[in-house]
Amino acid sequence: MMSTALDVSRLRKDFPILERTVRGGRALVYLDSAATSQKPYAVLDAERAYYETSNAAVHRGAHQLAEEATDAYESARAAIAGFVGARAEDIVFTKNATESLNLAAYAFSNATAKAAQGGVVDPRLVLTPESSVVVTEMEHHANLIPWQELCAKTGAQLRWIGLTEDGRLDMDQLSVIDDTTAAVSIVHQSNILGTINPVRSIMDRAREVGALGIVDACQSIPHMRVNVEDLGADLLTWSGHKMLGPTGIGLLWGRSDVLNSLPPFLTGGSMIETVTMEGSTFAPAPQRFEAGVPMVAQAVGLEAAVRYLDGVGIEAIEQHEHELTAHALATLTQMPGVRVIGPESTVDRGSAISFVVDGLHPHDVGQVLDDRGVAVRVGHHCAWPTCRRYGVPATTRLSTYLYNDLDDIDAAAAGVRAAQEFFGVV
Amino acid sequence: MSDNVEALYQEIILDHYKHPRGAGLLDHASGESFQVNPTCGDEVTVGVRLDDDDHLHVGYEGQGCSISQASASVMTELLEDATLDRVADAERAFHELMHSKGAGQPNEDALGDGIAFAGVSKYPARIKCALLPWVALQDARLRAGIEIDKPTTPDA
Repeated sequence: MMSTALDVSRLRKDFPILERTVRGGRALVYLDSAATSQKPYAVLDAERAYYETSNAAVHRGAHQLAEEATDAYESARAAIAGFVGARAEDIVFTKNATESLNLAAYAFSNATAKAAQGGVVDPRLVLTPESSVVVTEMEHHANLIPWQELCAKTGAQLRWIGLTEDGRLDMDQLSVIDDTTAAVSIVHQSNILGTINPVRSIMDRAREVGALGIVDACQSIPHMRVNVEDLGADLLTWSGHKMLGPTGIGLLWGRSDVLNSLPPFLTGGSMIETVTMEGSTFAPAPQRFEAGVPMVAQAVGLEAAVRYLDGVGIEAIEQHEHELTAHALATLTQMPGVRVIGPESTVDRGSAISFVVDGLHPHDVGQVLDDRGVAVRVGHHCAWPTCRRYGVPATTRLSTYLYNDLDDIDAAAAGVRAAQEFFGVV
Repeated sequence: MSDNVEALYQEIILDHYKHPRGAGLLDHASGESFQVNPTCGDEVTVGVRLDDDDHLHVGYEGQGCSISQASASVMTELLEDATLDRVADAERAFHELMHSKGAGQPNEDALGDGIAFAGVSKYPARIKCALLPWVALQDARLRAGIEIDKPTTPDA
């Protein structure tokens, strides 16, 4: 069975890992792309070609290889910026999205500490026990714990926007964002519920009260057209490895004035302007956030990934995944003993679908699926408070990408049925 | 279902999962330990005390997957009213079995129904589930000051 938006059987040939078998000869059905995506030849080839022809440390050295490596690194930045409608100089490369979010949170604690020593910092970044920071109850731990730690260090209050029964933000609680709020950091698309949040209206609210608006776009940018300007955020974070790129590279986009007002997070080589024994001044963004020799090969690989996505068309991918999501929701919601955790409709919803099975722990569901070659994620998906909110210890999550087809969803559903029969719960 | 998964989910394990033995915390535990598997949220609390004859009494409660909960049930049934020598033998034998990568010869004398967990050792992600109540037991025992002569490796 094929969806209409993409020629999946042709695309699958670009992903060598999808040729392999698992667990004694079973064809691999990969439904864990919300954890990490698989990589096309184009990405693998680009990284290899870089190492074979141009490898050198960037932004230093006067030789030809250093020039070529620097060109490759900066042209990757420009291509990735173009993919999200940004200017190249507003894109920072980090190790992963977790580091991007920590960079944002540490900007506040570092500015607060510097201000206490009489340093000149952007007053918006200075927290007191009267300040508040706002997140949501559906954050990945990467967008929760850095803010918890920031509050623990500064005495600021952590607040959150709660959730409705059907897996959406309770917008009646938007009033937690008030004049005390210094930062609002929210997820664009939930990695556990699949919900796509009304980011723009929350960022507008943040702007009204003078708070910095931060968006975790890890699950949205790989799957739908996102233009950084449209979201109304000050900072936007996401990762390379969930959008066909290599591991080891994350992204931070920021409004130019905001980026240049943030104190550096990691310090050292490459991020300075002048250095004396007494102190240093820092380069403008993005260099000020890229201390040390950066991940050049990963940047080159990620450029290849966004070019590949552009070739397929992100709108076509979104349409294709919409069909997969509709089919998966229709299938799962009709299965006895299966309950979807998160929106049951495809409205404002991505393709990550969590569910629980009566009488079965997700670990056992995942084990039976794995035995049939179906790779899904089980557990709390680094969103433990979200699991608690819905009264479940964990969920089974399937998540798709451009290389999945309707048959993959059916294989997962058949595996769930087999697990129910094996454990005698239907 | 493949042979490996059939071996993982032995009838004994499924039976303990559906019909747990000895579930419930002790009223007067002298040591208690709460353990959680942070990757999946499996939880178990184990409490212990010694009676006047130096026999161990064990209680537990928990929630989680079939492997972790069956393991708690099997362990509790095996070690309730056991001598400390028997506890030491069982702890060591179970840790050895879990690290055998599927090649272990389970010691039925020491483990009783616990030999059914031999298939778990082929699945690295599930070893933690099976060990969870045993780690809680060891910690509860130490909190209660109950030493055994043959310490197990603290490797979980």
